[in-house]
Amino acid sequence: MEPALKIPDKGSPKPELKRRPDGSDPADDPAAPQIKMFAKSLRAWFGPAEALRGITLPIRKNCVTAIIGPSGCGKSTFVRCLNRMHEVVPLARVEGEVYLDAENIYGPSINPIAVRKRIGMVFQKANPFPTMSIRQNVLAGLSLQGLRCRAPEELVENALRKAALWDEVKDILDRSGVSLSGGQQQRLCIARALALEPEVLLMDEPCSALDPIATAKIEDLIHELRESYTVVIVTHNMQQAARVADFTAFFYLGELIEYGKTETIFKTPQDPRTEAYITGRFG
Amino acid sequence: MSSETAIPRSVAARIPLRAPRSLRERLVGVVLLVCAACSVITTLGIVLVLIVETTAFFREVSFRQFFGDIQWTPLFAKKHFGIWALVSGTVLTSAIAILTAVPLGLMAAAYLSEFANERIRRLLKPSMEILAGIPTVVYGYFALTFMTPLLQKFIPSLAGFNALSPGLVMGIMIFPTVASLSEDAMYAVPTSLREAAYALGATRLATTFRVVMPSAFSGIGASVILGVSRAIGETMIVAIAAGQQPRFTFDPRVPVETMTAYIVQVSLGDTPTGTLEYRTIFAVGMVLFVFTLALNVVAHRLRQGVLKDSVQ
Ligand SMILES: Nc1ncnc2c1ncn2[C@@H]1O[C@H](COP(=O)(O)OP(=O)(O)OP(=O)(O)O)[C@@H](O)[C@H]1O
Ligand SMILES: [Mg+2]
Repeated sequence: MEPALKIPDKGSPKPELKRRPDGSDPADDPAAPQIKMFAKSLRAWFGPAEALRGITLPIRKNCVTAIIGPSGCGKSTFVRCLNRMHEVVPLARVEGEVYLDAENIYGPSINPIAVRKRIGMVFQKANPFPTMSIRQNVLAGLSLQGLRCRAPEELVENALRKAALWDEVKDILDRSGVSLSGGQQQRLCIARALALEPEVLLMDEPCSALDPIATAKIEDLIHELRESYTVVIVTHNMQQAARVADFTAFFYLGELIEYGKTETIFKTPQDPRTEAYITGRFG
Repeated sequence: MSSETAIPRSVAARIPLRAPRSLRERLVGVVLLVCAACSVITTLGIVLVLIVETTAFFREVSFRQFFGDIQWTPLFAKKHFGIWALVSGTVLTSAIAILTAVPLGLMAAAYLSEFANERIRRLLKPSMEILAGIPTVVYGYFALTFMTPLLQKFIPSLAGFNALSPGLVMGIMIFPTVASLSEDAMYAVPTSLREAAYALGATRLATTFRVVMPSAFSGIGASVILGVSRAIGETMIVAIAAGQQPRFTFDPRVPVETMTAYIVQVSLGDTPTGTLEYRTIFAVGMVLFVFTLALNVVAHRLRQGVLKDSVQ
């Protein structure tokens, strides 16, 4: 199957942008990692209600970018705009641009299904397919796309190992996906997303329903994923953001208030609202 | 918000805790019990009559005559009691009906639940359900005077009375029920599962057939079972358009008679009560009852499956 999105293969070297889409020159900061995705003046609506009011934000390659902010500020909406999942909601609408490498995924003739094949997503609430076994859940992305896998056993094992779930489920691969505990289900969903080898992995509060042990496992996983993936994680947990993220963006009422290196945001925030939020003094 | 309760504290404190339940309350309980018991008693009564009359029937006719023969001629001089002639009529017309209703119904359900927008859905669903409300006698004459002549244009060998035409029309009658119940089941599948599929790069079609439909399997299965039991129990359409000729065949072009149509035929005729001819309808009724009971058991199992799904 040929994706409609025409971007060079993952293996081949990416064309370096002369100027980044935000206008900054890569030469300005030679140490900064390359930009993998870039949201430009991104606005999103639910019917008449505007949930994102013009977000401009880079997502850097092989880095973890954390999105933080109070409930309802548009974090989930933002990550859902990054793989064109926002428009799945009835009456939802998006304006603006989001670049994946050099291509605007909201451009004309872009197939949203092709976008989603390259940008994986893990939802806040674990949602394994109840009618499928653990094995089938891991392979669900391939089977739903109508692709056949040459070595499914290997793929299942690899994905489950990466999601730190293999040892717990290797003997029960034929059991239903929903027979697992909540934390295991969430890791199964991560394995399901990883099995497709996406370039970018979006995680919307992946640990919100997990105990500290499962959370620690997923944080370790995110650390490892950084080697080969670009990760965007939404979190309500400041310590988690500080632990796993290279860059952090603070959202407030649908706007991006502050973005920068995680240490900078947590140690010397520029905006008083950011400071109030991360120190827990928020209204 | 004030925390005021409906009963002021001073009054509430005077309510005696050990007061006996009032007479009226107990009376209401008894009346409700009688109402509930009525339906159970009626069912038991019907089953009892069936059993008594069927037993009387089998005192005169052996099981061998009943289950070991394929001719059904109890009203003729040379009597045969081979029930398979009627069973085949029922199975044949019902199978045609189900083969029509299930694909149509599932397609309509998939469209309404997964493809149509909310406005179309709210318009189409009730208008489709109207189809299920048309009296079956109308469908019967529709089959006899419209469907059969139409089909004869394509199938010249089709008899004026046949299994095909009433089967198709029964399918048309049943499909809105299958569609509506299946759609309910599919619509109830959580959005999070659809989103999981979309996020994996699935098309809407793949999501519908590989994720939503399997997740709604119990409900869809129950709707199909209900369709089957309606087809088996349907009387008017087959009595009018299938011809009333008991015949052991699976050829949809020739006249057949179903169990239900036979019961109507005898009930409307001048067969005196208490005779063997009269008792045949109870024996046939018993077979019909066993059929629908079996389907009910399957449907019940599936409903329990639905409950189990929704708990998860
Ligand atoms: N399906 C929806 N329909 C209508 N409005 C919605 C919908 N989902 C979210 N919104 C609104 O959009 C805004 C942003 O919601 P969003 O889910 O992105 O917030 P969030 O930052 O992820 O919050 P949380 O931390 O609670 O998950 C909120 O004001 C919310 O009320
Ligand atoms: Mg959210």
